[in-house]
This record gives sequence, C-alpha cells and structure tokens, in this order.
Amino acid sequence: MAWPPPDSRMAPLLAVEDLLVEFHTRSGTVRALDGVSFDLRHGEMMALVGESGSGKSVTAYAILGILDTAARISGRVVFDGRELLSAGEKAMGAVRGSKLAIIFQNPRTALNPIRPIGKQIADVLARHGNVTAAQAQRLGVEMLAKVRIPDPKRRAAAYPFELSGGMCQRVMIAMALACEPALLIADEPTTGLDITTQAAIMGLIAELVASRNMAMLLITHDLALAAQYCNRIAVMHAGHLVELAPTRLLFATPRHPYTANLIAAAPGEGAGLDRLSAIPGTIPDLRRGDLPACRYSERCERVTPDCRTGPLLRLDTADGRRVACRHPL
Amino acid sequence: MTSSAGTPRALLSVNGLRKLYPVGRKLLGRFGRTQPAMLHAVDGVSFAIERGETIGLVGESGCGKSTLARLIARLIDPTAGMIWFDGADISTMPARKFARSEWRADIQMVFQEATDSINPRFTAARAIADPLIRLRDLRAAALRVRVEEVARLTGLPAELLVRFPHQLSGGQKARVGIARAIAVEPRLLILDEPTSALDVSVQTVILKLLHELKQRLALSYLFVSHDLNVVRLLCDRVLVMYLGRIIESGPAVQLFAAPAHPYTQALLSALPNPGARRTRIALAGEPRSPIDPDPHICRLYGRCPRATDLCRKVAPLLQQIAAGRLVACHHPVDEMAAAGP
Amino acid sequence: MISGTLDGNLRHALYVLGENPVTAAAFALFLLFALLATFGPALVPYDPLASNTAQALNAPSISHWFGTDQLGRDIFSRVVVATRLDLGIAIAAVALAFSVGTLLGLIGGYWGGWADRIIGRIVDTIMAFPLFVLAMGIVAGLGNSVANIIYATAIINLPIYARLSRAEANIRCNAGFIEAARLCGNGEVRIALGQLFPNILPLMAVQVSLTLGYAILNAAGLSFIGLGVRPPTAEWGIMVAEGASNIVSGEWWVALFPGLVLMTAVFCFNLIGDGLRDIVDPVRRT
Repeated sequence: MAWPPPDSRMAPLLAVEDLLVEFHTRSGTVRALDGVSFDLRHGEMMALVGESGSGKSVTAYAILGILDTAARISGRVVFDGRELLSAGEKAMGAVRGSKLAIIFQNPRTALNPIRPIGKQIADVLARHGNVTAAQAQRLGVEMLAKVRIPDPKRRAAAYPFELSGGMCQRVMIAMALACEPALLIADEPTTGLDITTQAAIMGLIAELVASRNMAMLLITHDLALAAQYCNRIAVMHAGHLVELAPTRLLFATPRHPYTANLIAAAPGEGAGLDRLSAIPGTIPDLRRGDLPACRYSERCERVTPDCRTGPLLRLDTADGRRVACRHPL
Repeated sequence: MTSSAGTPRALLSVNGLRKLYPVGRKLLGRFGRTQPAMLHAVDGVSFAIERGETIGLVGESGCGKSTLARLIARLIDPTAGMIWFDGADISTMPARKFARSEWRADIQMVFQEATDSINPRFTAARAIADPLIRLRDLRAAALRVRVEEVARLTGLPAELLVRFPHQLSGGQKARVGIARAIAVEPRLLILDEPTSALDVSVQTVILKLLHELKQRLALSYLFVSHDLNVVRLLCDRVLVMYLGRIIESGPAVQLFAAPAHPYTQALLSALPNPGARRTRIALAGEPRSPIDPDPHICRLYGRCPRATDLCRKVAPLLQQIAAGRLVACHHPVDEMAAAGP
Repeated sequence: MISGTLDGNLRHALYVLGENPVTAAAFALFLLFALLATFGPALVPYDPLASNTAQALNAPSISHWFGTDQLGRDIFSRVVVATRLDLGIAIAAVALAFSVGTLLGLIGGYWGGWADRIIGRIVDTIMAFPLFVLAMGIVAGLGNSVANIIYATAIINLPIYARLSRAEANIRCNAGFIEAARLCGNGEVRIALGQLFPNILPLMAVQVSLTLGYAILNAAGLSFIGLGVRPPTAEWGIMVAEGASNIVSGEWWVALFPGLVLMTAVFCFNLIGDGLRDIVDPVRRT
C-alpha cells in the first residue's frame, strides 16, 4: 500500500480531537475515553484495535452520537467539515445512515425480525435517498445482488430468521452501503461468524469500500484481521489511544510496549506456545479515582515513577506515527 | 477405517458414533405420510485418543464438534456407535446414570462460556468443591485443602475463592472452570473452546496454563476449537469436522503445512494473516443442510472448488493417504495425493 | 470459606435498605405487623370479643382510638387481634402454594415430557376459573373453616408459582452450570433442588411477597361475603362487612379502620417485593 496516500493533502474526512467520554454511574464515574485523537482521510481504511474495555466501541458510538444519554462527552468530532458533537439529534439523524453508516457486531439483533430484508433496505433508501417506494424496492434488490446474496429477488422477501449469520451480515452491509456513505464504521463485523464466512465478509466489505472510494473505520479485537485489511492501525488500551501507525511499521517496529505485547501474544503461524508472551495484569478499573496518567503503567515493564504522576506524553513522529508513551521502544 | 480405531491400548476410542436429533417431520411420497426429519449432528465418527495425547477437533459452528464433545463427556446419549474408555464400553450407560458412575471423575470437561458454566449462586470455592464432594467424598478440612491446592495449581489467588462468578474477570472465571475440571484428577479432559470468549492477552495465559497442567498431571486433551491458530499451538493431532463427519485427520504439523482436504485448505487460507497476502481459497455458497443429508453426496459438494460428478454420486470415505493421515475426499489436494500410497 | 458469607449477606441487605427508603419503610411496617400478630392479644386495652351495648357505636376517642362497633366492642383491639388470624391465613396459604407450586413447576420445567404436560394441564384447569369464584366454591363445598380458607387460597395461588417456576427452570435446564453439575457427579434430583432451585428463588421470593398481599385480600374477601371466618371472631374482612351497613348512617369508623389496616398490609407486601429481589439476587450486588 502506498504511503502516504495521494490525497493526504486534503482535509481529512473525519477528524476526532481530544475526545473524552465519561459515564456517571452508581458506583462512580467511568472514564471511558480520554484524549482520543485521530483523523481518517477519504478512501482510507483504518482500524481501531483493542481488548474488551479498551473503549474502541465507545469511540465509534461517540462519533455516531448514539451513546447513552448518561454519557458526558467533550472534544471535537469533525466529519466532512461538520462538527458532530454539537449537531442536534435531527441533524445527526440525517447524517447517520446516509453519509455515515455502521455495521454492528450482531447482525441478527440489528435487523428487524418481523420485516422482510428487502423492505428494510428499501426503508433506509426511502428515508435518505430521493427515491420513490418502487425505486427503493428495486434498488434494495440490486443492493442484495451487490453483496452477493444468491437469488436476490426471492431473498428480498425473506425474514432475518430464514438467513444464516453470514447472510444477515451481508444484508447489514447492503443496508449500510445503500445510500453510498462516505464513511463506513464496521464494529466487529465478523465476530461470531465462522472463519471462512469472516474471510468472505471482510473481502466483500474491503472490495465494496475500495470500489466506492469510501473510508472505513474497522473496530476489532483481532490485530491480524486489522492488519490484513487496513492501512493504518490505532491501538487502544483502557480509553487511551496508545499507538497509531501505518500497519507495516506497527508490526515491524511497535513503539508502545502494549502494542509490542499484543503482537507477541497473538497466536499465528510459526510461533510456538513458549514464544507467545502473556501481558501481565488486567485493564485498570476505569471507575478508580486514582487512575495513573498512563493507564498501562501498572502492567508495563518499562514503567518509571513519572509514568504514573506526570502528564501522559503523546509523541508525533515524522513517519506519521503517534505513540502515547514516555519510554517508547 | 481400522486405522482410525487406534491402538488397542488407546485411552479413548470412538467407533461409528452418531447423534441424530428429530426436527419436525418430513413428507414421504404424495400421500401425506410423514416420518420424523432427523438432524445429523454427528454422523459416523471414529477416532482414538492415545494416553498423553492432545487431539484438536476443529470445524465451524454447526459442524457437530460440540455435540461430539458432549457425547464423549457422556452428557448426552449417542444414537448409535460405541465409546470405549480405557478398555470399557461406556456408551451404553444412560447419561443420567453416568453422573454417578466410576468413570465420571475420569472424563471431565471445561466449557466455552466460563460465566455460564459456574452456578451464579456458588462462590469460586464452592464451584471447585462440587466435584470433590460428589466424586471424591471430601468434606471439611480435607475439602478445603484440596480446593486451595487446585486453585494454586491453576493460578487462582486464594483470596478470590470467596467471590461469586460475577465478581470475577473472564480470565479468572476460566481458571475456576479449569480448576473444577482437574480437581478430581481426570484422565481425559475435554476442552470446549476454552479461550474463545477471552481477550488475546488472557488467552495466551490460559493456553500456557493448560499446556503446563497437561505435563504436570499427565492428562490427555480433546481440544475443541474453531480457532486454528490456537489448535496449532497446543495439539499433537488434529481432526477436522464438517457437517457431522470427520473429513481429515493427521499430525498437526503435517496437516497445517499441507492440508489434503479442500475444506481444510479453505479453512487455513481464511485465517487472517498480517504478513504476505495469501491467495484465499474461497468456498462458494452455503453449507448443505444437516437435516437428512443424502448419503451418496459428498457433504462439501456445492461449495467445493474441486468437485466432480463423482462427488455427487459416491460420498467419499476416510482413507489413509500417508502414515497417520486420513482424508475423506475423492480429489485430495495434489501434493498430498502424490505423497499417498 | 465455602459457606461463610452470612456476614456479607447481612451487609448487602442493610445496604439495599439504606439505598431505598421506601423498601425500608415497608420492611419496618412488616415488622410492626409481625409484632402485632405475635403479641397483639397481650397488648390490646379491651377484650376484642366482650360486647358492651352501653358503649355501642361510639366515635373514636381517647379511650376507644378507633371507636366502637354496634355491639360496643373496641375496634382498635379487634383490628390488632385480627392481625394474627389474617396474617396466619395468608402466610400458611402462600407457604403451601409456594412449596407445592414451585415443586410442580420445577419438575415440569426441568424434566419436561409427560410430567410437564400433566402439570401444565392441571394448572391450566385451575386458571380457567375466575379465581375468587373458585375459592368461594371450594370453601362452600368443604365447609367454613380456617383450614379450608387456607386450602382455597393456596389452590388459587398455586398456578402463579407453578408457571413461574416452570418457566425459570426451563430456561436454565440446559445452562452451562447444569451441565457442569452433571460432570461433577450430581444426580438429577440434587441438581434440580440444590443447583437449579436456588437460582430461581429470587424471582419466587418477589412473587411470595406479592401473593401475600393478594392472599390477605382473598381471605378477607371470603369473610366479607360470609364464606370465611365466622363472627364474632375478629377478622378484618368480617369487620368491614359488619361496618359497611353503618356507613350510610354516619358511623364511618366501623368499616374504615379495619379497611385501612387491610389496605396498608396489602400495600406493605407489594412494596417489599422489589426490595426482596434486590437483596436475594447476588448478581445485583456491587
């Protein structure tokens, strides 16, 4: 993949700046995201990678404005020249689904169980596109063909329960892409699907996204999957974006200790069990009042006292990388 | 098929095992006569587990691997076939009686969802104590000593023993599940996707723990997983299942290096790989229905890139293609066919 | 270590009550009713059965807090003494309905098959009747006695427990922890009673509290229409019935105070329900 992409001089499609999200709960304030910043260019495929509790899904929901109302959000999310965090619910509703689309992890629960899938795609088109009901119906069938659902005309009348998990995810993709969005957010799109289905679905998404010059933000826990389909990877840990780098550089020379450990912990070809490293400790409880400045410091082997007390340093390097560490590798 | 029955001294040997579930009725002919439609979850499976061996059982969801694991764990009764454990036929005893038989302690299992497999009203200590009370008749101080010993063995801090499952993290719950299974010193441990619900950093820790326990306690494992990368790490031999049947088996190293069945090949090529972008061998379409499958058609027919007319006339049987390697395919992948007998 | 969590349970119960003053008030009220039921006859100022026609239909005053009825009996004393009978009937009936209904539901939900079908039909048959009419029929048929009121109330409450426990047992009968229990060498009966039952208990406890209120109403209702306890026994339902004729002539207190206490008791049990769930359910602990 050529880096940087040719249109990198243009304004980014999506710019997230200093995003902070907190939830106030009975057992204390959950500091779910803190100082998350990244941009996404037109036509770029980027991944947000992290373990459970890292805040990757919260980031996506904050961008889409679909977080719980108990959340306190600050920072800036600029999408296609528009500030989304201050946009009203009505304006967000217009952006969501048309310019900004999402595919959820569990396609079966995201689809309406009592409405034929063809109608559900047509609904999206009718709401956002300037088409008649009949046109929407026809375009819906066309979309089903584009996501390679066999016999789309007949399948358009099918209900979600009649389709396999992989097929349901194809329908979700068809719905997400129906209005030709500029950015597709895929939140763990293949978790829970079989590996051969995962390969087929990811291949389909990547192909459709590339052919329409869309941008994609892939949210996943699977570093290998992210690496296979994305040009850039942002690694998250406990609500911090700890490292952001082009895929090849991230794997070749990870700079944040967490990234390095994550790569070394993933089983893959060639590595024996004794060569896999385990990451000590767990993600800190984000309700804690005494969270250290670097939230990885309690699990880190390179830790020094100022990692806990001093402000978290975010270093930007010339090769387009960012690392939030005082003692990068 | 003889070679699949294993050596006479195999710890476990399974022969022609079948499990069918009734799913509604199907029409027979034109006169409205019906007969029960059967879902063939496990359909004629034979293999053996040697002492000290780790067997990987891989396949996608719905292939019957969990059903097979539960059959061997004797949680459910087989429709047909035999299960021999240490020279004794254990398949004839009803599953509900098996719970109190002499073999119950010998075959234990670790479940996929650690959260779901621990009684929400039991503390970790009570959960680990359960098999010790019932199967080893331990009480009071002896029980307490053994629970603490097993907890230490599985790396579970003693202060966590008083906690309820919802107060434990995913990795800690996985340790409780493993501790409970090994507490009664089983000889065969069935691991049903023990790490699939865990984060990658925790997964590594649990895999290392399982590896270490196997060495220390001289266990044999049946490791059920859909994750080939994990199976590769832990297993000596691998069985690949597709729609209720074993379609390929062999030593892990050989099978991963040179898969013979087109399905195995497709599975391996579908693994995400951050390095070189491998050419993916795609399987077209959807799997065939597991409900009353036609016994004459290969189960991969319709998705297989190598299918010929033969494949829909005669279903292939497991055949030896090299020492220790079996494959059920008329057209195994070339390099292996050349190496065959 | 294995069983020593009593202290934790108590602390949790106190925490839930502290967080939720309404539940705490309901529990305090329940405690008051329990005390009145136990010591009531020893506390009251007058004999609840002694009539004194010279004092008939006196309005509430310092000497007769709730006034007197047409026979001159002290209403306050009668209301307090009636607590034991009303609560006793309700608790006995609910205990019976709970144990039999839960057991039937557990058998049906866990083992399924023909047992489930037979139990289901029995429950459906009971539910097919208007329940209060069924209770009337049972008492009318078996005779007017406290025991028969208890049986009638238990029978009409039985379906609620049977259905709830069947549904909850059925959801969990293939749960991972049930499979794990089999692997641990537990027999089926031990699994159903020792592992499954404790998991459905929290929901059943909420139901107990709700049906207690309903059972009190039912017992009082039967007495009100003359099918329950007979006069001159002190019982809230009879007292309301006896006082009802006096409302028109202006002696409102005869019916009001027993009715008010009856209502408070029902209200108290309904409120306890929610609090009870928070206390019994371990998953809601933080």
